[in-house]
Amino acid sequence: MKLLILIGLVLLIIAVHQLMRVIELSREFKKSKEWQITESDNTFNGKMMLTFMFVFFAFFFWQVDRWNDNSLPGAASVHGLKIDTLWDYNMYLIVVVFLITNGVLFYFAYKYSGKKDTKATFLAHDNRLEMAWTIVPAVVLAFIIIFGLKYWNEITDRSTDPNKLTIELYAKQFDWTARYAGKDKVLGSTDYRQCAFNAVGMDSTDATGNDDIIVKNEFHIPVNREIEFKMRSRDVIHSAYMPHFRAQMNCVPGMVTEFKFIPNKTTAEMRKDPYVIQLMAGINKARALRKEEPVEFDYILLCNKICGASHYNMQMTIIVDTEKDYNAWIAKQKAVKTIAAKTESH
Amino acid sequence: MAHDHTATLEHAGHHDHSHAHDDEHHESFVSKYVFSMDHKMISRQFLITAVVMAVIAMTMSILFRMQLAWPGEKFGFINAMLGDKWGKDGILNPNMYLALVTIHGTIMVFFVLTGGLSGTFANLLIPYQVGARDMASGFLNMLSYWFFFASSCVMLSSLFIEHGPASGGWTIYPPLSALPEAMDGSKLGMTLWLISMTLFIVSSLLGGINYVVTILNLRTKGMTMTRMPLTIWALLITAILGILSFPVLVSCVLLLICDRSLGTSFYLSDIYIGGRPLDNVGGSPVLFEHLFWFLGHPEVYIVLLPALGISSEVISTNSRKPIFGYRAMIGSMLAIGFLSFIVWGHHMFLTGMNPFLGSVFVFTTLLIAIPSAVKAFNYITTLWKGNIQYTPAMLFSIGLVSSFVTGGVTGIILADSTLDINVHDTYFVVAHFHIVMGLSAIFGMFAGVYHWFPKLFLRMMGKKLGYLHFWLTFVCAYGVFFPMHFLGLAGVPRRYYTNSNFPMFDNLVDINEIVTIFAIIGALSQGIFLFNFFYSMFRGEKAPQNPWNSNTLEWTTPMAHIHGNWPGALPTVHRWAYDYSKPGAEHDFIPQTVPLAEGEHDGGAH
Repeated sequence: MKLLILIGLVLLIIAVHQLMRVIELSREFKKSKEWQITESDNTFNGKMMLTFMFVFFAFFFWQVDRWNDNSLPGAASVHGLKIDTLWDYNMYLIVVVFLITNGVLFYFAYKYSGKKDTKATFLAHDNRLEMAWTIVPAVVLAFIIIFGLKYWNEITDRSTDPNKLTIELYAKQFDWTARYAGKDKVLGSTDYRQCAFNAVGMDSTDATGNDDIIVKNEFHIPVNREIEFKMRSRDVIHSAYMPHFRAQMNCVPGMVTEFKFIPNKTTAEMRKDPYVIQLMAGINKARALRKEEPVEFDYILLCNKICGASHYNMQMTIIVDTEKDYNAWIAKQKAVKTIAAKTESH
Repeated sequence: MAHDHTATLEHAGHHDHSHAHDDEHHESFVSKYVFSMDHKMISRQFLITAVVMAVIAMTMSILFRMQLAWPGEKFGFINAMLGDKWGKDGILNPNMYLALVTIHGTIMVFFVLTGGLSGTFANLLIPYQVGARDMASGFLNMLSYWFFFASSCVMLSSLFIEHGPASGGWTIYPPLSALPEAMDGSKLGMTLWLISMTLFIVSSLLGGINYVVTILNLRTKGMTMTRMPLTIWALLITAILGILSFPVLVSCVLLLICDRSLGTSFYLSDIYIGGRPLDNVGGSPVLFEHLFWFLGHPEVYIVLLPALGISSEVISTNSRKPIFGYRAMIGSMLAIGFLSFIVWGHHMFLTGMNPFLGSVFVFTTLLIAIPSAVKAFNYITTLWKGNIQYTPAMLFSIGLVSSFVTGGVTGIILADSTLDINVHDTYFVVAHFHIVMGLSAIFGMFAGVYHWFPKLFLRMMGKKLGYLHFWLTFVCAYGVFFPMHFLGLAGVPRRYYTNSNFPMFDNLVDINEIVTIFAIIGALSQGIFLFNFFYSMFRGEKAPQNPWNSNTLEWTTPMAHIHGNWPGALPTVHRWAYDYSKPGAEHDFIPQTVPLAEGEHDGGAH
């Protein structure tokens, strides 16, 4: 079998070689050279440019039609709604610029494809035009910058809400841990050298950590209350990405980073949202094809900074509860208390 | 002044006509093809090395695209290529997936689009287009190539070691890249990556200094700065960016080497890994990110500017029109070059960097959109009322303008820190930079190869194969990268081995399949280019003196590779490079060596 393939390959090479020889010999007799550009080349490629434009735009709209409804649902946080609005305005703007600029480019490429006996117009510069396409983008960008920075400042301002709930997100290869402050509302201090003794490297000499609550796999937050996240990492950089809330911040070893948001829809409410229902229908349809169990919508925390071999599977479920449900859930969680014994010797 | 310097060089280098013949006789195989100091040969060495590297990096991308479209599916050729260790049963290993992503990015950004693109065209075009006998220092130029070659070899050798190559992403953020316990790729593979990059930077600096000196000092008589073709302006600004930013990468890499090998704590602090706490205290990975992106962002323009320069030249020549707004083009390139140094923080909005600092970077980054818009509109206006000659180079140049716009507009979203929050590090970013930087630069490189192939190899590339190559590549390129925006809108993070561990991504399988199918067709289409390239190199039709009726000086040199480029005296330049279809002229082009007629104005006035 291998021999046959080998013989076939050799024959193919010989055939191609002979063919090339014929082409090479025949071109000696031709007046025009293969590489020379003829008017029909120009016409052909000009038409191709126009065709491409239509195909490209059709492809664009086909994708929007088919895949835009796979996008994340509308934001489930107060600041996220603002981001969504800003996103939409920017998106409309860039789609218009994208369509017009590409459209003009391909149209000119078609319209001015070279013809015999015509001469291009000698036009070297025009200061008015240059000014126009310097000033117009500058003005548009000024608006983009002003609105962008206004929201950015609001989003990244330090939390001042006295009623806020502080949660620590602790990242390590390859899972997440959430820590709640407990009754005293103070997160116990940490010491990375003590990771061997407890999950998140809590300082065993600090009694304020005694009532802290540590959860894995899923964590709960109350709706309509400001959640302030303090993020830490044990080993490498991770990124806490909570796409449904339009929230993301890196977790950096040696630092505590922060992000805050106010969730405005409980998990239960989100599951009844019409967009989410159609989104989940699509997901479950795809799962059925692969003979997998249907799933319900859940908020999720994923790692969005390359962190090692299992980076692709570093996740935690987020449940947004009503205040009442949240209080019931948190009351059932056990405090860490591993620290008590050591504090006495201090 | 420029002329005096040239005369000195001629004298010192025995490069005038009477000696040229003697030199050729004394040349051995080694001095001609291996340790050549001739800019034309070095240019070809860079190009062919880059083509080899590009094929390797492209093949890698196909391997990981297969995994993304059909996770868990068994492919015999994956096992055949990677062996049982990395491709057991034909399924890509997660560590190898990250390694492939990392090395694909590294090779494409540095070896193909920096070393390959600048190395090829700066070497070929700078002496030719400014009217010089050769580079200012042929010896440094030779060293530049051989450091590049050594660096390529070290990078490729890391593919064959026990724990595999570097795999922390091409940005190699510590602590992941600093700690061998963190991943296999951070063992010997990362050491080799760092050695390779250090060699690469040496190569880049030797080349860059040479480019700048040659352009500033060896211009022939009459070649004022404002008569230089835009290719030369682009290459000059690129070289300056490289000289200013690459040394920062050296320090960045050096500190990482210290952290890895000498126990320092520049980037490391409070780490508990492999079951024990590390002693390192007080360092910060954010410092690394600052240093890395201080190179990393100018690097984007180091990749892009030569491509923009090439397309300026090709679009003007083949529209048979002057480039629209020559001085505005120079101004916008200078503005882009300057701004590229003060925008690096937009890669770091969410790293824990002070958000106020982020605001400053939002402002500077969005400013770059202005000169970029000027460039795009100037290209389009150059086509307006032109008489477009569709060479394959022209097709690729128009492709470049399209991808520059399409990828550029999403940059407006990503530069806005508020909007970046939710698409940072997702496929939206992957789509953005592949289109605006990857596609534009590689289209520019293809345009350059097709356009200057006659000067590189004295033969012509096949036109029809060029057309086929362009259209397949262009369609597939958008087919690969456009759908990725929608993955980003659905929140899919980049560098995930598979999306199948999250039910929320289960409805996106068809997007990944379409992307991969386009990628495979696109990759196979490059076979057409490779055939055309290597076949034409040996068997293509002999190139005439000036196949594209171009104005620039390189087309006045004989169609032979001779030492010193011009057999007699160096040409004298009398006009700018863009007198195409000038009213009153006999032909639709006037080479730069033609004196101005009485009453004729230079520089586009008429």
